[in-house]
Amino acid sequence: MDVFFQQLANGLAVGGIYALIALGYTMVYGVLKLINFAHGDLFTIGSYLGLTIIAVFGLTEFYGPFLGILLVAVMIMAALALLGALLDRAAYRPLRESPRLSAVVSALGASIFLQNMVMLLYGARFQVYPDDLLPSTTLDIFEVSIPVVKIIVLLTSLLIMAALYLFIQKTRIGTAIRAAAIDQGAARLMGIDVNRVIMLVFLIGPALGGVAGLMVGLLYGQINFTMGWVYGLKAFTAAILGGIGNIPGAMLGGLLLGVIESMGAAYFSIAWKDAIAFVVLILILIIRPTGLLGERVAEKI
Amino acid sequence: MLTKRTILIFAAGVLIAAAAAPFLNAYWVDVLNNIGLYAILGLSLNLIVGHAGLFNLGHAAFFAIGAYTAAILNTTFGVPILWLLPVSALAAALFAFLVIRPIIHLRGDYLCIVTIGIGEIVRIALINDVWELTGGANGIFGIARPSLFGFIIRTPLHFYYLIGAFLVITVVLFFFLENSRFGRALNYLREDEVAAEGSGINTAYYKLMAFVVGAAWAGMAGLIFAAKMTIISPESFTFWDSVLMFTLIILGGSGNIAGVLLGAVLIIGIPEFFREFADMRMLFFGLAMIVMMIFRTEGLLPQRARGYDLGKPAERAAP
Repeated sequence: MDVFFQQLANGLAVGGIYALIALGYTMVYGVLKLINFAHGDLFTIGSYLGLTIIAVFGLTEFYGPFLGILLVAVMIMAALALLGALLDRAAYRPLRESPRLSAVVSALGASIFLQNMVMLLYGARFQVYPDDLLPSTTLDIFEVSIPVVKIIVLLTSLLIMAALYLFIQKTRIGTAIRAAAIDQGAARLMGIDVNRVIMLVFLIGPALGGVAGLMVGLLYGQINFTMGWVYGLKAFTAAILGGIGNIPGAMLGGLLLGVIESMGAAYFSIAWKDAIAFVVLILILIIRPTGLLGERVAEKI
Repeated sequence: MLTKRTILIFAAGVLIAAAAAPFLNAYWVDVLNNIGLYAILGLSLNLIVGHAGLFNLGHAAFFAIGAYTAAILNTTFGVPILWLLPVSALAAALFAFLVIRPIIHLRGDYLCIVTIGIGEIVRIALINDVWELTGGANGIFGIARPSLFGFIIRTPLHFYYLIGAFLVITVVLFFFLENSRFGRALNYLREDEVAAEGSGINTAYYKLMAFVVGAAWAGMAGLIFAAKMTIISPESFTFWDSVLMFTLIILGGSGNIAGVLLGAVLIIGIPEFFREFADMRMLFFGLAMIVMMIFRTEGLLPQRARGYDLGKPAERAAP
C-alpha cells in the first residue's frame, strides 16, 4: 500500500503539471482548432526562465522561499504571456485564413525554432535547479511520508485551475472565450472581438505553461531543452483524454494521465513509462474520440 | 505529364550524377548517399503527406521496421541482405496496415499527433528490446555487406550506385503511380474528401493504401540504410528523423517529385556547407517552415495541375 500512495502522490503532482499545460492546448484548440505544437516549448522556456530569474535576482534569498518563488512565478507568467502573444502574431495570425494544415506546419516550425533557440542560449546539457529553494521536509499522511514540494505543486496547480475555471465560467470575458470556441462566426455577430479573444487565449495559455515549467524545475531539479515536446505531447493527450476544448476536461485528463502513468511505471514497467501516455492517446481516439467529458468544439472528428 | 523534355532532363540528370561521382572524394559521396536515402524516404512519405494530404509525423517508424527486419534476419539466419528487400517491404507494410487501420478515420491534426505517438512507441519498443530481438539501446551490429551477382558492395561509391539505382527506380515508379487512377484518387480526396466519397471513391481504403505503399517503400529504404551502416540503433529512428522527412517535403514542394528531390538536397545537403553553424541547422528549418507557410504554402516547387491533351479542336470534331 505504501508504494501505491507514493505513486498516487507522484502521479497527482505530475498530473497537476500536465493539466496546467493541457489548459493551454485546449484553450487554443477550442478557439482556433489548431494544435499549438510550440506550446510545449513555451513550457520549457518558462522552466529555463525560472532558473535564470532565480540565479540573477536571488529573490528567494531576499523574500524567503515561498514569497520568492511566487514572485518568480509571476515574472515567468508575465514574460510567457508576452511571448505567447508574440508567437501568435508572428506565426499564426498571418495564417488565419489559410487551410488549417498550413497552420499546423507553422506551429511545428515554431516548435522547432523555439526548442533550438533554448538550446543555443542555454546549451544542450541538463540544467540543474538549486535544491535548497524549498524546504525538503516531508509530510506524513496516512503513515506515508510525502515530500512537501509535491503537495505544494499539486495545491498550486489546483488553485490556478480553480481560478481559471471561475474566470471562464463567471466573467464576461470568459463567456466570450467560450462563445468563440463554440462558433466564431456567431460570436462575431454578437459583438465579440474574436481576435482579442484569440490574443487573450495566447496570453493565458503560455502563462500557465510557464508556471508548469517552473514546477517541473522545482519538483525534479533537472531540466532539458527537449523536455517540452515530451511534456507537450503528454499534456495534449491529457487534453484529448478529458475532451478537447473542454477546460474542466483538461484538468481531469491531466490528473488522470499523471496517475495512470505513475501507476503504470510502478506496477507494469518503468522502461515503458513514456509509452503509456501514447497508448492512452491511441486508445482514447479509437474508443471515445470526444474524450471523457465531451469535446467543446463545433466540428466533429 | 510525361513529355519528351521531362524524359531528357531526367536522363541527363541521371547520367551526369552517375558519371560525376567517381571524381568526388569519399566524404561528399557519402553526403550524396544520405541525400539519396532521404530522397527515397521523402518520396515514400510524399505519397501520404503530399498526395493524400495526410499528416504523418511518424514515418521513421516504418523506416525502422524495415531496417530492423532486415538486420535481424540477416544477423540471425544469415540471409543475404538484398534478398530481404520484399520481406522488409512486407513487414513495414503489414505494420502500417495494422496500426493505421483503426485510426484512419481521424481528422488531419489528430492523425498527425497519433502518428507521432506510433513513432515514439516503436522507438521505445526498440530501446526496451522487445522479444529480445532488437538489441536494446545498442542496436544490432555486424550486418553483412550486400552483394550483387557475387560483387560485394562495400565503399561509399558502391553504395552511391546502389542508392542511385534504387532512387531512379523509385522516381520512375512513383511517377507512374501518381498519374495512375490511384494517384488521382488520392489527390481528389486530399482536395475534397466529401466530393471524393460522393464520386464513389472509397476514401478510407485509399488513405490506408497510401500509408501501406509509403510504409513498404520506407521499409526498403530502411534495409538499404541498415546495409550501408552495418550497425543500426534506435537513435537513428527518432521523432526528429520523421520531422526531417516531413520538412523536406513541405519545403521542397509536396506532391511533386522534383520538389521532394530539391527538398532532400536542401535539407540534407546545404547544412554540409555551413558546418560551423551546424547547431543552428534546426533553428533555420523551423523558421523556414513558418516563413514558407506564410508566403508560399505549397513549397518551392509546387505540384502542377494535371493537363490532358485533348488534341486540336478540328481533330476532336472529326468522327
